[in-house]
Amino acid sequence: MKEPVATKGLTKRYGDLVAVDGVDLTVRSGEVYGFLGPNGAGKTTTLRMILGLIRPTAGAVRVLGRPPGPGQLAGVGALIEGPGFYPYLSGRDNLRVLARYTGVPVARIEAVLEMVDLADRASDRYRAYSLGMKQRLGVAAALLKDPQLLVLDEPTNGLDPAGMAEMRTLIRRLGAAGRTVLLSSHLLGEVEHICDRVGVISHGRLVAESTVAELRGDSTVRVVADPLDKAAELVRTLLGAERVRVHDGGLELAVSADRAAWINGELVDGGIAVSELRRHERDLEAVFLELTGGVRNVG
Amino acid sequence: MWGSFQAELTKVVKRPASWLLLALALSLMLIFAYLVRYASYAGGTGGVNTAGGLAVMLPDRLVGNSIGGLPVFLGALVLIHGVLVAGGEYGWGTWKTVLVQGPSRLTVYGAKLLALAVANVALMLAMFGVGAVASATIAAAENQPLAWPSIGDLAIGFGAGWLIASMWTGLGVLLAVLLRGVALPIGLGLVWMLAVQNLLASIAAPLLDVVATAQKGLPGPNAGSLTAALGSATTTPGVERIVGSGQAAIVVAVYLVAFAALGGVLLRRRDVV
Repeated sequence: MKEPVATKGLTKRYGDLVAVDGVDLTVRSGEVYGFLGPNGAGKTTTLRMILGLIRPTAGAVRVLGRPPGPGQLAGVGALIEGPGFYPYLSGRDNLRVLARYTGVPVARIEAVLEMVDLADRASDRYRAYSLGMKQRLGVAAALLKDPQLLVLDEPTNGLDPAGMAEMRTLIRRLGAAGRTVLLSSHLLGEVEHICDRVGVISHGRLVAESTVAELRGDSTVRVVADPLDKAAELVRTLLGAERVRVHDGGLELAVSADRAAWINGELVDGGIAVSELRRHERDLEAVFLELTGGVRNVG
Repeated sequence: MWGSFQAELTKVVKRPASWLLLALALSLMLIFAYLVRYASYAGGTGGVNTAGGLAVMLPDRLVGNSIGGLPVFLGALVLIHGVLVAGGEYGWGTWKTVLVQGPSRLTVYGAKLLALAVANVALMLAMFGVGAVASATIAAAENQPLAWPSIGDLAIGFGAGWLIASMWTGLGVLLAVLLRGVALPIGLGLVWMLAVQNLLASIAAPLLDVVATAQKGLPGPNAGSLTAALGSATTTPGVERIVGSGQAAIVVAVYLVAFAALGGVLLRRRDVV
């Protein structure tokens, strides 16, 4: 287990309820890993076990090569289940208090406030912050130790579109700086654009772990032509029947996109009018719903 | 540990509720130990609470007057402080924020208890200070000599007051950790201190020997016995000589250690949710 995060058979039971069931999860060094799952799937419970906040019923966790726990989180920063700060303290004083627990120098506080664009409002009391500012302060706290590994649990939760865009840019920047980021999110688009790899959890089980592209599967070529039956017959001859599927008023061809021009030429030469020909990728949401049992409310 | 202690002390010092509770404690002590008694004495309306007349308000009674409220009403305030300091972390979701920074649960817990212990030293200093000013003012107004308790008596009284305050604070912390919050621990703590203790002492103990015997092992009656032995007026609620001062001090200290240890065990073993 040399990876920044590795779990083996990680399980958490609450009585008869199995919240997390034998999760084997691996986050590789330097990647941004997206952790997806419907509400109640076990994402936050898994992240809490990874950080040592709750004890696994069974299984093992390694964070930066060590079991999580006291004194073992030196290289880890985390924002779990929303920001939690002292409302009567300013943003800066909240960070000062947290810095004292780990002996982080005061200069680092100003640096992280700048990183999350909160320096101007750092003297305001936390209770006066908007949700977006609270989330950004949470990320600032996670960055205090200049961690190798950043664990962010739904950091865009509750943000407006502008706030979400800012947060995504920030996470992308942090990932590009060489940090390993473990990000749970309820937004598939976000994961798609930010993450190198994703893990999908459903009913406590990790049902998929791969790159976004692998998760989607191979791309296909979609053709809309007239007459469609004649076009289908021609491409079956060219590609083999097993690569051709009539679907939604068109043809779905299991070939790579670089063969599209050749297919177009053959169809036109065969006297068939082609009105649409394009590369087609499976929608990530469709894949996600398929993996998690068709629940639309992702979270 | 030093950094965690600094962090916890900063939170206590910067928290408005800490200052509000201190102001309340000082006000209650000033009003009931001095102002009401003096108004009664000056107005010639002496009753049971002014037994002893002017003498009970003079500087030589400083120790008893400063710690007399701790068995019940001032104890309730420091219990609330203990609950707020530990229970607030649950309400604001800050346990996780603190613990993912890396310190162990017991380090943070120990730092919390240490910060509360320091806060109780500050409370006792303030109580003795305000009491000294009030008693000196009354002595001057009544042309009485300024006869202060000896340094030894002051030290013993200060230590006893701190011990009782810390015991109640420890109970507050334990309740907060046990019930993971603020409201219910404060409610239960106050019910115990203000209602159950009184009911046991005034109704059950005189009727049942078993309760009267059990009283000798409970925290409130021992705190009351300790303050009574150090000169607090037995007309003050909760102040009563039920056991000797030595036993009382030991029992209060044992409760302090037990509350602190039990809270630590619970916090260490349970999940942070």
